[in-house]
Amino acid sequence: MTVSSFTSLLIWLPLGGALVIWVLPLSRYATGALAVLVALAEVGVWIEQAARFDFSKSGLQYSQDTPWIKDLHVSYHVGEYPFSLWLVGLTVVAMAACIGYGFWVGRDRPRAYFGLMLFLTGATVGVFVAQDLLLFYAFFEAMLIPLYILVGVWGGPGRLGATVKFLIYTMAGSLMMLAAIVVYGLKVGTFDLVDGPPSASRWIFLGFMFAFVIKAPLFPFHGWLPDTYREGPPEVTAVLSGVVAKAGTYGMLRIAIAKFPDPTSYYRTLFLTLAAAALVYGSLLAFRSPDFRGVVAYSSLAQSGLIALGLFSGTSLGFDGAVLQMVAHGLISTALFLIAGTVERRATTDQFGLLGGMARGRPALATLLMTLGVISLAVPGSASFAGEFLILAGSFQRAWWWAAIGAAGVVLAAMYMLRLISAVLHEARGPTVHDEALDLRPGELALLVPLVGILLALSVWPAGISHHSFAGDAPAQQVEAQFK
Amino acid sequence: MIHTPHVDWFAISTILALLGASFVALLSAVLVPRSARRPVAAAIAAAGFVGGLVTSVWLYVASADGSLAVSGAFYRDRWTALAQIVLCGVGLATTLVGAEHMTRRTGDHIAEFFSLLLASVAGMAFFVGSANLMVMFLALEWFSIALYVMCAVEYDLEGSLEAGLKYLIVGSFGSAALLFGSALVYGATGRIGFAQIAEVVGAQGLAHDALLVLGLAMIIAGLAFKSSSAPFHMWTPDVYEGAPTTVTAFMSAATKVAAFALAFRVLRTAFPQELYLWSWAFAGIAVASLAVGNLAALVQRNVKRMLAYSSISHAGFLLIGLSAGSALGGRALMYYLIVYAAMAFGSFAVVAARERELGEAVTLDNLAGFGWERPFLGLAMWLFLFGFAGLPVGGGFVAKFYVLSAAYRHGWTWLVVVGVIATLVSLYYYLAVVRAMFMRPSAELRVAPVAGGAPARESLLHVAVGLALAVSVGSLFAVGPLIDLAKHAASALPL
Repeated sequence: MTVSSFTSLLIWLPLGGALVIWVLPLSRYATGALAVLVALAEVGVWIEQAARFDFSKSGLQYSQDTPWIKDLHVSYHVGEYPFSLWLVGLTVVAMAACIGYGFWVGRDRPRAYFGLMLFLTGATVGVFVAQDLLLFYAFFEAMLIPLYILVGVWGGPGRLGATVKFLIYTMAGSLMMLAAIVVYGLKVGTFDLVDGPPSASRWIFLGFMFAFVIKAPLFPFHGWLPDTYREGPPEVTAVLSGVVAKAGTYGMLRIAIAKFPDPTSYYRTLFLTLAAAALVYGSLLAFRSPDFRGVVAYSSLAQSGLIALGLFSGTSLGFDGAVLQMVAHGLISTALFLIAGTVERRATTDQFGLLGGMARGRPALATLLMTLGVISLAVPGSASFAGEFLILAGSFQRAWWWAAIGAAGVVLAAMYMLRLISAVLHEARGPTVHDEALDLRPGELALLVPLVGILLALSVWPAGISHHSFAGDAPAQQVEAQFK
Repeated sequence: MIHTPHVDWFAISTILALLGASFVALLSAVLVPRSARRPVAAAIAAAGFVGGLVTSVWLYVASADGSLAVSGAFYRDRWTALAQIVLCGVGLATTLVGAEHMTRRTGDHIAEFFSLLLASVAGMAFFVGSANLMVMFLALEWFSIALYVMCAVEYDLEGSLEAGLKYLIVGSFGSAALLFGSALVYGATGRIGFAQIAEVVGAQGLAHDALLVLGLAMIIAGLAFKSSSAPFHMWTPDVYEGAPTTVTAFMSAATKVAAFALAFRVLRTAFPQELYLWSWAFAGIAVASLAVGNLAALVQRNVKRMLAYSSISHAGFLLIGLSAGSALGGRALMYYLIVYAAMAFGSFAVVAARERELGEAVTLDNLAGFGWERPFLGLAMWLFLFGFAGLPVGGGFVAKFYVLSAAYRHGWTWLVVVGVIATLVSLYYYLAVVRAMFMRPSAELRVAPVAGGAPARESLLHVAVGLALAVSVGSLFAVGPLIDLAKHAASALPL
């Protein structure tokens, strides 16, 4: 096997695993174990790939290019840039944790469930490595299919309404993107993202952005978010907010901003405004939210806004910060939703009114939630502090008021996270919290501790990502040169 | 002495194979004892379709240069051959499902059914290769009459006779329109051969001749009837709902293939000078079909009826490819037809299985839990529906991309946007089926198989659905080869 096929391996290994699980009539336990094994193998492949990655070189690495639809110049072109490498890493790690969680709680209909989770892994990796617009679109859509079923079958009581809303919203965006892809690809004569020339068409740019702002989401396109995040099974919601939503912000960076420099600067104020609105509005909603998942859900909206703020600031610092924050928030959000799941399993609810006092007698839960909360509210020295600081500095270079709004968002983050921590862990013991509800079990710790560990490592060395996301550590030039 | 033309028997070998099998199947209705009639007739039909497949593949290979056969009445080229391959494939799948499902209650007329099935595919195989207006009309009537009877063949079934009669009356209207249009075109040009019509129109400058344009409009209307495009679709939901589901599956797939393959040929060959007219006409019909099909499908509870409206909306997408009128449009059309035929047939076949299990019409309510009870059929239905919706789980995605590309190349960005919006609307009703199958437990609806106990084994139906699934999913990965096939086929047409 050549080195360049690593990328394809990352896509097709989980898809193949899904197929095997669907075809073989394995037992419940064997199915889950196989899925976890595949997810871990995926992490292993990624580590091997990251170790061999050359961060000083510009251009695509581990690339593979085979014609797919010849007469329209569509190809199976995959490869990774440094920033895609980090997002792929986020995907495989978060998916491994979530598949592990599904195994731990013993989901019903295991073959369908684990197959879909692996399918989702492959599709999401595909989004981050596809270098052809149609291929990107195919993976972008393919992510939706398992998510739809996972939320619709294993979700809460209001799942049917939530799935319809989720799918119609995101498909509306995607289909506009399909129209934009058709127009762009046929106009310039290729669908390749690397070869394709930049375009000045505002309509095409808006078509792409429509899909990305819904996926991320930004204000006011977040209508699908609260229901879906509340009704999905916790580990699926974790993936959705931690990883899948990052496809939206990744798309902004890789396609919208890089390929459409003129429209980007024309609409910069518009999208900076949407981003700032998402940040402030999401933070306020998170602060008012009466439930654990609601807080994390709306904080994801706020964080998407922050990331978009960094991206659309168009500065080197902003780009660096956005990539770091995508990874950091992805891990935080995944871990928080998994903890929400463990809390729900113990107290049957995530309503703050019924929770409280869970720290007593549950040191592991308290420690992990505290640590995550502290990292998430961007205490100086934490990974998300580094990310948010870079984003704020980057947007300050654009104009001081963007940084001011961003800083307000960071303050609000402290308010809602502290409120969450005290409502769950401290205060008087809630009516649904019983002494019989145990502390985190070894299985749960095995999922959560590595996630928190990675976050701590990133807190110690944020430059590991922020200085290794763009070749030559020159983000703005790289974006301008379309990463060539 | 009457001069007989030279007959290229090889050119019409597919039709002969199917017709021969049809006669043998009809004989078996009389000669074979009742107990053995079903397997024997089905085997004869299967043999006929396999024979047809072999000859049409052979024809495809051996007809790189298209030519006219039988004194200019029939095209021997790759467009004909590829359409015949698809038609025979659909016929074979219908045989598999029909062997287990047709006239199951009475056991009557099973051999006659297979005979009619073979005859109708033979008619369609003749239709797609027709080279003049006369042959076109004869072939159309040939397969239509067979279809009318097939719809009504289960006369003990509620709705079957009604469907047959309705199809007969409305279909005759469509045939009459086509015939009248042909007569007007002949009146204007004095020719019936497709290529000769174009020559005369070019030579005499008849492109704006009122008679010719009216004739063209009538021909378009006639073809739109057969392809169930709005506003000529009124018969479709009733007939699809009333006909035995096996026949519905066959009609939804095969009739569309025949009608669209022929439409593209006749318009490109006989009316290239009127391109601007018919491309606008078809764009209009496409928009109407997309609107009517999608909006009406939204409110259906009966799954067969919903799929009927969905087939109208897919006619709209096919018409987008057709209206582009280009080589790219032809390729898009053929690729779409292959994928669509597989998905449409497969989805109706799954409905047939559920219908048999319940002993009543399948609705969104009594589909609940089906996906978990019959995992293979559930998964297949899921993939067909998502494929219909253009999600990348099968060739449906690439097919939509292709027709939209063809529309864009034609300079019609607005049509791209219409197609995209139609796709979005269609999601709602396709998802409703998936939701019913997988996300609602059957227990709460108290749905139980009529016979009680385990569902019927239906191994042949599973094979047919498996074939449809293989085509619809495989076409995503085998885009290159399939497009090459379609490209070579379309190169036989004057583009």
